[in-house]
Amino acid sequence: MNQPAPPTEVLTAANYKSVYKPIWCPGCGDFSVLSSVTKALAILQVPPHEVVVVSGIGCSSRIPAYTSCYGFHGVHGRALAAATGLKVARPELTVLAAGGDGDGYSIGGNHFLHACRRNVDLTYIVMDNHVYGMTKGQASPTTEPDWDNKLSPGGTGIRAFNPLVIALASGANFVARAFSGDPNGAAQIIAEGIRHPGFSFIEILSPCVTFRPEQREWKRQAHHAPVAPTDDAARAARRIMTDDGFNIGVLYAGDRTPYPLNGRSPQLTPEQLAAEFQT
Amino acid sequence: MNTRKKPHVAPPAKEKSAEAPGARATQPPADPEKAHLSLVEFMAQAWAMEAEAVQRYGELADAMEAHNNLEVAAMFRTMAQYEGKHADQLLAEMGWSEPPIMARSGFRWPSFEAPENVPFEDLHYLMQPWHALELALAAEQQAERFFGELARAATTPSVRRAALELQEEEREHVALVKAWMEKVGKPDRDWANDPDPPVHNE
Amino acid sequence: MSVNHLQGRPVPFVDAGISIALAGSGGSGVMTAGTLLLTAAAKAGCYGLMVRTSGPQIRGGEAAALVRLARTPVLTLDDRFDLLLAIDWQNVNRFADEIPLDASSVLLGDPDEGEAPEAFRAAGARYLPVSLKATAKGIPGSWTNMVALGLAGTLAGLPIEALESALRESWKRDVGKLAANLKALAAGAAAAKDIDGVPRLAAGNGGAADRWLISGNEAAGYGAIRGGVRFVAAYPITPATELLEWMAPALAKVGGTLLQAEDELASVNMIIGASYGGVPALTATAGPGLALMTEALGLACCAELPIVVVDVMRGGPSTGIPAKSEQSDLSFAVSGLPGDAPRLVLAANSIADCIATTQWAVHLAEELQAPAIVLSDQFMGQSRAIVDRPADPGFSGRRLAAIAGASPYKRYLDTPSGISPMAIPGTPGLVYTADGLEHNEAGTPSSQARDHHLQLDKRLRKLADHDYGRWWADVEGSGTHAVITFGSTTGGVREALARLNADALGVRLLSLRLLAPLRCEQLATALEGVTEVLVVEQNHGGQLFNYLRAMADLPGRPRSFRRPGPLPLRPGEIAAAIRDWVGATSIEKEPA
Repeated sequence: MNQPAPPTEVLTAANYKSVYKPIWCPGCGDFSVLSSVTKALAILQVPPHEVVVVSGIGCSSRIPAYTSCYGFHGVHGRALAAATGLKVARPELTVLAAGGDGDGYSIGGNHFLHACRRNVDLTYIVMDNHVYGMTKGQASPTTEPDWDNKLSPGGTGIRAFNPLVIALASGANFVARAFSGDPNGAAQIIAEGIRHPGFSFIEILSPCVTFRPEQREWKRQAHHAPVAPTDDAARAARRIMTDDGFNIGVLYAGDRTPYPLNGRSPQLTPEQLAAEFQT
Repeated sequence: MNTRKKPHVAPPAKEKSAEAPGARATQPPADPEKAHLSLVEFMAQAWAMEAEAVQRYGELADAMEAHNNLEVAAMFRTMAQYEGKHADQLLAEMGWSEPPIMARSGFRWPSFEAPENVPFEDLHYLMQPWHALELALAAEQQAERFFGELARAATTPSVRRAALELQEEEREHVALVKAWMEKVGKPDRDWANDPDPPVHNE
Repeated sequence: MSVNHLQGRPVPFVDAGISIALAGSGGSGVMTAGTLLLTAAAKAGCYGLMVRTSGPQIRGGEAAALVRLARTPVLTLDDRFDLLLAIDWQNVNRFADEIPLDASSVLLGDPDEGEAPEAFRAAGARYLPVSLKATAKGIPGSWTNMVALGLAGTLAGLPIEALESALRESWKRDVGKLAANLKALAAGAAAAKDIDGVPRLAAGNGGAADRWLISGNEAAGYGAIRGGVRFVAAYPITPATELLEWMAPALAKVGGTLLQAEDELASVNMIIGASYGGVPALTATAGPGLALMTEALGLACCAELPIVVVDVMRGGPSTGIPAKSEQSDLSFAVSGLPGDAPRLVLAANSIADCIATTQWAVHLAEELQAPAIVLSDQFMGQSRAIVDRPADPGFSGRRLAAIAGASPYKRYLDTPSGISPMAIPGTPGLVYTADGLEHNEAGTPSSQARDHHLQLDKRLRKLADHDYGRWWADVEGSGTHAVITFGSTTGGVREALARLNADALGVRLLSLRLLAPLRCEQLATALEGVTEVLVVEQNHGGQLFNYLRAMADLPGRPRSFRRPGPLPLRPGEIAAAIRDWVGATSIEKEPA
């Protein structure tokens, strides 16, 4: 049970934290992302029981139970599918999907493409550390090609994939990059993503200090995007494809019509429906 | 503290406060709305900085507890308590029963993190009290610099006075932490050695 | 008598009726003609069944509508056809196995389309030329298949009014062409008077009866809605697609939603997400899709989330024979999950029963918070039947809802029934995380032995100890011999037993509707007094046979009668197998 703190008249980030202590390595960026998620929910003042955090498998996918919201910790790579079904069936809930780069871009890659193009009003947070942590340090789709590891000695030799470009090309309505070392900034971006209609994709650079200790340097590389968000996909694409990968901010905020959510009331009873079978 | 409420002060020199480690070239675009800090805004910000530190130290303590490093966890809890007291003092100074709403949803700081926050990524599961104090020291020094910058930039005597007092308090904290570090002593060079490999999970 | 739930009820009389195959190639319209023939038969008060068969082409391939009409409910296709009416012969010879003819069959073909293939003539069927295309050409705006419909319908003994009425009601084009096609229908009917040797149905009871015309796929979809399903995630696959397509508009009318998924991994996880949200949810697929859904089915077991997956079985393994039937997913359905993962597996045993069984599956899934797999198959799914209006068994499962209380909520509380109160997101005071990781009662991940054992026991107990009532099987007849079967093969077995006069022969029928958890005690009771068991199924490996032998104590020396798809098990071959088996086992028992 993710026991919520007793609510006050104004909900604070603490109201969105569960009693569980996260089992992430000390130093992991995901602590900060958790903090940002709770801050974002505090900005929006949405009651915790009306929020569902859905995840797959991986270090970062442990996040649902660390919130005081309803949680769903499903199978590897399918967070977006479960989140989509939930949101379409229960449009009044605020649904966040969260996970890592392996879960979202590799085993869940197909769902990522189709969630972007389906544009259901969800917010998808990927804590990207360019590595599989839960299985002890293998290359993920965002790992640099020359990163040496046990499973691919000398590196995979395969170029890393750019999730923001993919999201944009697939039709995500909100594309942002955040950094775990900027918890308040990330909270603002998450809140904006939740507010934005349709599918919001937020890639959060979140270092893995255990398998990628060199990522501690990210805090020296990350910087605020020197530009305002655009609703021009072509401009956003150029921006994303030419930046240094450490540009932090909302890079695209579009106005595509979101997937229509069910608000229909029944016109027929099941008995009336059977009239079509009557001979 | 004996600060008095007074209205507007001159804008803090944000660009100068960015010397803290990890904050290179990370300033958000200058926000003209925030160029003029009132005493209330200044104190709200000071409170937020302490509150974030309380929260952060709590999270760091949780992480260490989950990794069975109880000594360092206890240390972070103690730090959280100190910062909590500090935050409460600020409320008392202003006669606030609870912090203003603007302080609660997260300030945007000149750098990514609040000045007094120990960054998550500086933790290590085998870290020793000396390391924890080292991180706390850096955080206190940064806070001290932060208030120093604000004091220099302040145009209103009340804000400048408040900033200088807070700077002085942070300076005292720095001294306390340094003294503490003397007591615990430096760890061995091989403090991070772990003969076992990481484990597989899920 | 589409479904008989009364234990020991005598096996009914079955009228052989008339079997007609309408065949032709691209654009011949035989499926439309067959559907109208079935509709007309319903109007004339007859029962009927239409099975479709076609080549692999998307359009323009050879196709045949296999229609059987009778005065009593039609349980399956007959062993043979009275009439094969071909609009043309393009590759229709490929259906020779599916359209068995004999010396008393009549073969009608258009002389302008060439000779009837040897594959059909070899059986000794009487060939009669009948001009179809030329007749249609003589009536501007008319179609050849309407001439064929008039001819076939009249030969079957259906009144022209019933055929006309069926055509009028289905007409969606311009009225001028309707008149032309009504003329074509009449011309076909007129041609029938020159043809003898086709048995005609006695006049029906005027269509006053309360009957439904429905396909197995529609029936399963309808049963799902009646059971409370309001969310469906769909990924198309033969032969389950029509189920999903029927549900898309139907669900919208009852306030539900259907969403097309990107693959079966998505569809099953989407319904799990919806179900977690408190909305009863379903998807439908076939073997290859079910294989992809396996991991998530385990999640539904572990996180205790009700879902229903209808598997419209087709020939396997792998892509297999997509548009033909086979009962070969049984083993996979009952045991194809990693870990100890108790799940519900049900099998509909007739087209009408697809309604009740799917409805029951939704009910059980919701009540027991577990995944349910419903086995249907292509033979039922893509066929249409005229059935007595199926009674509503009233199944509409309700989840045990959690109520916020003083003590902290435990989602996976160990209760005597094994069923734990379930919180629905949006409810204050009950937040929890549904988890596919093993967990303790509170839902916190745990790898401790105590928690694992407790939760395994709980998940098993809630299914094993549930009172499933009489629905676990249809038990019919009495005697020392028992035939055990499941699914669509039940129709063939029922007809075989009727032909053999099963009561006199001393054979009873058990058609298992609940395959998992297997009701071993009820099975033993239903087999009281039985000395011999024959398991009949349509697959190669004897999957039901092996399953029953592994799970239950069967009396005597259990025998297996099985044959893989794509051809249905015919009542005649089943009857022969039963006769031989009864004979052999009776002799064995008699002292020499």
